[in-house]
Amino acid sequence: MENGAVTQGEGKDPSGFLSEIIGNPVTVKLNSGVIYKGELQSVDGYMNIALEKTEEYVNGAKRRTYGDAFVRGNNVMYISAD
Amino acid sequence: MAEARDEGSAVSEPLDLVRLLLDEVVCVKLRGDRELKGRLHAYDSHCNLVLGDVEETIYVVDEEDDEETVSKKSEMLFVRGDSVVLISPHARTF
Repeated sequence: MENGAVTQGEGKDPSGFLSEIIGNPVTVKLNSGVIYKGELQSVDGYMNIALEKTEEYVNGAKRRTYGDAFVRGNNVMYISAD
Repeated sequence: MAEARDEGSAVSEPLDLVRLLLDEVVCVKLRGDRELKGRLHAYDSHCNLVLGDVEETIYVVDEEDDEETVSKKSEMLFVRGDSVVLISPHARTF
């Protein structure tokens, strides 16, 4: 049982990935299926997200745009770097 | 800790964006196809909100698949954070 320690070697952890993609264009999908595309301003430990120049897509069709948007973390399914 | 927080406009964590919206008119998307527009008086880390001069819009799909909206107005509203999906400044919404 030498794997007791939390070491990840080469692999990055998920929050490391998130801090790496700050400032980049991202796609955020919510559990409701709604998709937001925008520039990732910041993320916190709850996965709350601040987006800039955000476009909202419902059923694949663009619904509206937001200059800035705060998304509450519990609604997030995934965040993908475009 | 040399992290100066007195800049006022810095967005280092997502809730800072909400802090910048205090006393502004905001658009809040809620679970269940509801939206609120009103002035943000207070918020906390759960996204519990206090809004003034609020208009609530409910999107309803009727039997013929037509989308209708129902509006309700209230002077002051406390919103429990767990129903919040998205918060944005209203002026930039179009």
